[in-house]
This record gives sequence, structure tokens and C-alpha cells, in this order.
Amino acid sequence: MPKIIVEVMPKEVLLDPAGKSVNNALHRSGHNEITAVRIGKRIELHFDRPVTDADLAEAQKIGENFLSNAVIEDVVSVTVQN
Amino acid sequence: MTFKIGVVTFPGTLDDRDAQRAVRLAGGEAVALWHADENLHKVDAVVLPGGFSYGDYLRCGAIAAQAPVMDAIKKAANGGLPVLGICNGFQVLVESHLLPGGLIRNENQHFICRDQTLVVENVNTPWTNQFELNQEIVIPLKNGEGGYIATEETLKRLEGEGLIAFRYKDVNPNGSMHDIAGLRNERGNVVGLMPHPEHAVEAGFGPDMPGTMRSGVDGLKFFTSVLNSLVNA
Repeated sequence: MPKIIVEVMPKEVLLDPAGKSVNNALHRSGHNEITAVRIGKRIELHFDRPVTDADLAEAQKIGENFLSNAVIEDVVSVTVQN
Repeated sequence: MTFKIGVVTFPGTLDDRDAQRAVRLAGGEAVALWHADENLHKVDAVVLPGGFSYGDYLRCGAIAAQAPVMDAIKKAANGGLPVLGICNGFQVLVESHLLPGGLIRNENQHFICRDQTLVVENVNTPWTNQFELNQEIVIPLKNGEGGYIATEETLKRLEGEGLIAFRYKDVNPNGSMHDIAGLRNERGNVVGLMPHPEHAVEAGFGPDMPGTMRSGVDGLKFFTSVLNSLVNA
């Protein structure tokens, strides 16, 4: 299925409590080589036809204006899988 | 004349009935507004109550900010309609860009529920005109994502222009920058805060006060303030 994949991450300067909890659990189970965990979101936008450049441009806008909040998050990638 | 205060219900809103009751106790008429409403049924002010609209999916308040009723509220707010956002309602205002900044998970990662002392730092709004400047009030606070953040530039502007309406006193419960509990917009008609004034409107059901349990009614003044501002409008 053709899709656009938007990935959103919390800003690096912000505390990511979910990532911190997972990191703590990993350390408890002996994975001390891992220094930090950060958790973001992967959002898939599905299409029933091939994705066009215009779709991609629109997805970029949707990513910045709705799927993320620029105060607390960054859109780190918008990719097409046709 | 009785003024009509609209209280919006989104799927997942919890405190709409409490907000309606607060409006009635203050002497107003509460009008239930639905998230799919495209008009505001001629209300004189709007309350966006607390809860977990749309299950907090995507981000708290983000999906509610796209609801049809919010188009009407954004337009009306830009025209001067008094709008109060409480807790999730504050998050909706931020996501609607009616107030700046963002709200993130509490610093200590806990859901916090406590009777919180606030300082009222701006009384020039329709929602705060019955308070004294720097008055200390006690309002119940209950949230998981109440940490206020904004860019340095925005914080400087908020401080410089006196747009911080409420600040946490004694305890900063959620790691909010500059102890910010609530904001107003430049015009003053839009106010948002994390604590819940609608839970402090009737003795016997409010926050604990020194010497008397559950007697706090400081929240009622938010609602009498807006009715007062409408009388004088």
C-alpha cells in the first residue's frame, strides 16, 4: 500500500519521561552500554494510489502544523513508500 | 438580563457538567456546546472544560483544536469573545494558537492532584476582574501533562507584557517554566490555566482551606468576573 511515513520526535532539550523510564528498565536488565532512550512517533498516511510530489508537500505541512507541535517536537523525516 | 456562558463538550471531556454548574452558581445561564457545532448559539462567553478530549491522542488538545466548534471559537475569540480554558481546555487553547507555548508531561512524571495555591498576577481580564492584584487563591489542580514550556523569546514577551495571569505559589507541581499556571492573551479576553476553578465554587465541595475542610470557593470569582464584565460591556 502506498504511504507517507511521518516521524516526530520530542525536542532534544526536553525531558522524555517515557524514554527515561525505558532506559532505566534496560539498565536494570543489564544493558548498561545503552546511554539513553528517546521515544517518538511514527505516523503512516495511507493512499489507494501512488503518492505524488504534491501529496508529499502536503504531508510535510500536515506534519509541521498538526502531527507535531513545534514548541515541543520536531518532524525528523517525511518519506514515501510507494 | 441573564448572560449565556457556553460550555463545550468534546468526546472525552470530563468536567463540562461541573463547569456548567459553576456558571449557574455564579448567576449565569449555562449553554451546552457540542464539538461538532458550527455556531456558538449566541453565547456571551465560552468555557473549554477539563478532561481528556479525544483520549489525548496525538497530543493533549491537538485533535480538539481541529473540531468544528473551535473554528467558531477562534473567530469569536479574535473578535473579543471571553474564552476560558481549564486544564485540557488550556491545552486546546495552546494547540489552537490562541495562547502561546506548549504543555508537556509533568517533570516528576506523576499525575498530580492537590489543592494548589496560586497568585493572581493579572486582574485586567473578563475572567479575573473580581480578584485583587497578587491575591493568593486556592484552586484544585489535577493533571499529568501540565508542565508549561515556551521559547526564551516567548517567556520574555509574556513577562514583559504582563500576560502571565496565574503563577504557582510555594510549590511548582509540574515543572512549569517561570512557575506559570495560567496565561492571558494580549487583548485579555482569552485566559487559560491548568488548575480547575469549577471545583472551588461551593462550600463543602471545594479545596481544603486553613482550618476548614473543603470550604474553598475562590474559583467562583472566575465566573462572577465574566458575568460582571458582560454587565459592564
